[in-house]
Amino acid sequence: MMHSRRTTFLLLLSLLIPFALRAQVTSDRLLHATDEPQNWLTYSGSYASQRHSLLKQIDPSNVKNLELKWVFQAQSLQKFETTPLVIDGIMYLTQSPNDVVAVDAKTGRVFWLYHYATSPAARPCCGIVNRGLAILGDTLFMATVDAHLIAIDSKDGHAMWNVKLAEPGAGYAMTMAPLVVKDKVIVGVAGGEFGVRGFISAFEARTGKQAWKFDTIPDLDQPGHDTWRGGDWEHGGGAVWMTGSYDSELNLTYWGTGNPGPDWNAEQRPGDNLYSDSVLALDPDTGKMKWYFQFTPHDPYDYDSVQVPVLVNSNWNGAPRKLLMWGNRNGFFYVLDRVTGKFLNGKPFVKVNWASGLDATGRPIVTPQPAGATTYPGIQGATNWYSPSYSPRTGLFYISAWENYGTIFAGVKADYVEGTRFTGGANTSPIPGAENPTGTRTGPINTYTEAMGSGAVVAIDPATGDKKWKYEMHDVNTSGILTTESDLLFVGGREGYFQALDARNGTLLWKQNLGGEIIAGPMTYQVDGKQYVTIASGNGLFTFGLRE
Amino acid sequence: MKIRCVPFRVLILFGAVCAAVISQSPATHAQGQDRAPEYYKADIQYGAQIFASQCTACHGTSGDLIPGVNFRAGVFKRVVTDNDLRATITTGVPGTEMRPFAFGASELTGIVSYLRNMISADAKGAMIGNVGRGKELFSGAGNCATCHAINGKGPRVAPDLGDIGALRTADLIHRKLVDPGSNLLPVNRSIRAVTKDGKTINGRRLNEDTYTVQLVDEQERLISLTKSDLREFTVLKTTPMPSYKDKFSAQELADVEAYLLSLKGVK
Repeated sequence: MMHSRRTTFLLLLSLLIPFALRAQVTSDRLLHATDEPQNWLTYSGSYASQRHSLLKQIDPSNVKNLELKWVFQAQSLQKFETTPLVIDGIMYLTQSPNDVVAVDAKTGRVFWLYHYATSPAARPCCGIVNRGLAILGDTLFMATVDAHLIAIDSKDGHAMWNVKLAEPGAGYAMTMAPLVVKDKVIVGVAGGEFGVRGFISAFEARTGKQAWKFDTIPDLDQPGHDTWRGGDWEHGGGAVWMTGSYDSELNLTYWGTGNPGPDWNAEQRPGDNLYSDSVLALDPDTGKMKWYFQFTPHDPYDYDSVQVPVLVNSNWNGAPRKLLMWGNRNGFFYVLDRVTGKFLNGKPFVKVNWASGLDATGRPIVTPQPAGATTYPGIQGATNWYSPSYSPRTGLFYISAWENYGTIFAGVKADYVEGTRFTGGANTSPIPGAENPTGTRTGPINTYTEAMGSGAVVAIDPATGDKKWKYEMHDVNTSGILTTESDLLFVGGREGYFQALDARNGTLLWKQNLGGEIIAGPMTYQVDGKQYVTIASGNGLFTFGLRE
Repeated sequence: MKIRCVPFRVLILFGAVCAAVISQSPATHAQGQDRAPEYYKADIQYGAQIFASQCTACHGTSGDLIPGVNFRAGVFKRVVTDNDLRATITTGVPGTEMRPFAFGASELTGIVSYLRNMISADAKGAMIGNVGRGKELFSGAGNCATCHAINGKGPRVAPDLGDIGALRTADLIHRKLVDPGSNLLPVNRSIRAVTKDGKTINGRRLNEDTYTVQLVDEQERLISLTKSDLREFTVLKTTPMPSYKDKFSAQELADVEAYLLSLKGVK
């Protein structure tokens, strides 16, 4: 990405102009978000979703001097999965169920709090969580667990419009941070464990009027419908519950889709089950699909492909190419051409035995394990929704991984009943008498996970798919990753440690025990010339800066 | 399911003949129900004795006295999944004589396992495990009390078993007694650590993370170690606990299992 000269200019400009005088967050600012690294304007830091900041005040030589600057305590005991936005000194964050809080990014003191009373009919599968916001102009956008999209005034926290996308009682929910592209707000729905039919939809940012809707499971007359049998598609899943990415030159957004329904009993839905477990390239103006790539056809393992798409412009075999990088829950790391969706390379980044490899088109060569045998990766996958990072400086892709982690999968017949779980599984742990590790840690005691898996940060060379280095953790790793221009890598984990590694070689440089599971992505920003790093842990949001 | 409350005093464990039949119980998910992939012999046995004492007055020994319900034939009015069964037992059925029962997890696992396998299980020839005799064996011939405490009374070298009957199913307790090494749960592993100055520390692991480990050592002291301060750190996958497969008769094993299943913790 070319931005150094413009970045330097804008950074200097931002230091000269008091933040109170800054303009609204325009589409152009969002387009060039990395050029103002003092801010964090989108969920993933930029449309390319590299979660890489050009800030470098905190560096490998001084990171040991990080100290806690402030803590925000959420008024909730639900999982705290938010990545805040920071715009010109103001931080906007979400807390469960669907509150928005504006705080002073230097002190953590609260300006205002917007509370949305969610419908009691809401039934998100895996926690009443929210991962963050989007902004355009002076308006924040939040997707809710009862499947509403709400516009909120960033100055005083009052709701401006509120639209309902789907029936929460049927299992539809939203947990992602929306994606703003031009004048539209784009979101997808969760609910893959309830047999919903997934979709992505865009709304006019100013009015909340629906602009388009793309169904991730094709209807009778649509291409891809023939990958379903009979009426299976009506409850086919393909939920979209993580924020997409955007390439303005191609005018394409990229979205990952989740499991087909029912999750584990693939026998009752023969076919490839498009467009589950896929990446979709959609025109943000019309919702028309330009291409798709399916990672796990006919998935019996719940290998959601909702990971954040990472866009990289780099050389590929000696020629510049627009790449899409994807560390998938199915255990493979992929590189695609994001112009066409063509598969370029793929290689496992953890132990994998459900497939022996990928063919020339990227389709897995499946090797189903015998009944009662352990399949790797297990039920929570090799990774999940936690944001990866790509550093243009090191040229490496970084991902949080669950290693040597397997499950004995067993499908059972599932009958669809609206609003009830439609999963079809009787899956067990390979460790007799022990439960499978769940997506969330159940307490502060861990004396079991080394037998059934461990965590790691894996640095992958995208050109080959090979591991460059690995930082191992005792417990599995549920944290997002942030890299900076000073070659730092920030990552948390289930154990509650917040760590800074050297992005070049994985050396531990600093750590702090925050005492609660980290199941969110770190972000960084700068106010009054001082860089901060923020991460949610347990029920607190912690902000660090250099000791003065 | 309809259950009438009868005081629960005795523990019944099935004999070897029916156990052999039960152990062949297939994974049952092929029937299209949301069931456990496998039901274990000891759980089925435990469930059988609970059923005999708590359920037969209304449901009958064959489980077919309530119209529309026949456990042996797998016929239920409402139940489809194992969780449905658990829910019916713990919440009861309003408007009927089926009242809620406050069973713990191990008891529910036992009852569900038995009901799902009733057609192949038979209470005839059941062996009665005696809690009192089991307690004597625990403290006496078994030497269990030299390592295990019960509700804080006794040594802490091995885990306190005061609530083992609430934490572990009958099957896990049985397997632990006859083959303690084969199913040593990671949660019960011991550790050996050697500090950089040569001091050796043995103990039972209480918690561990990437950088530290917490343990109770052989002198019953709570110790927290930083791994980077250690020269050697080993999580042992063996157990000092002996097997009671040949040490105890089948009756004595049944007695000890009955005693352990009766330990539900301090209320």
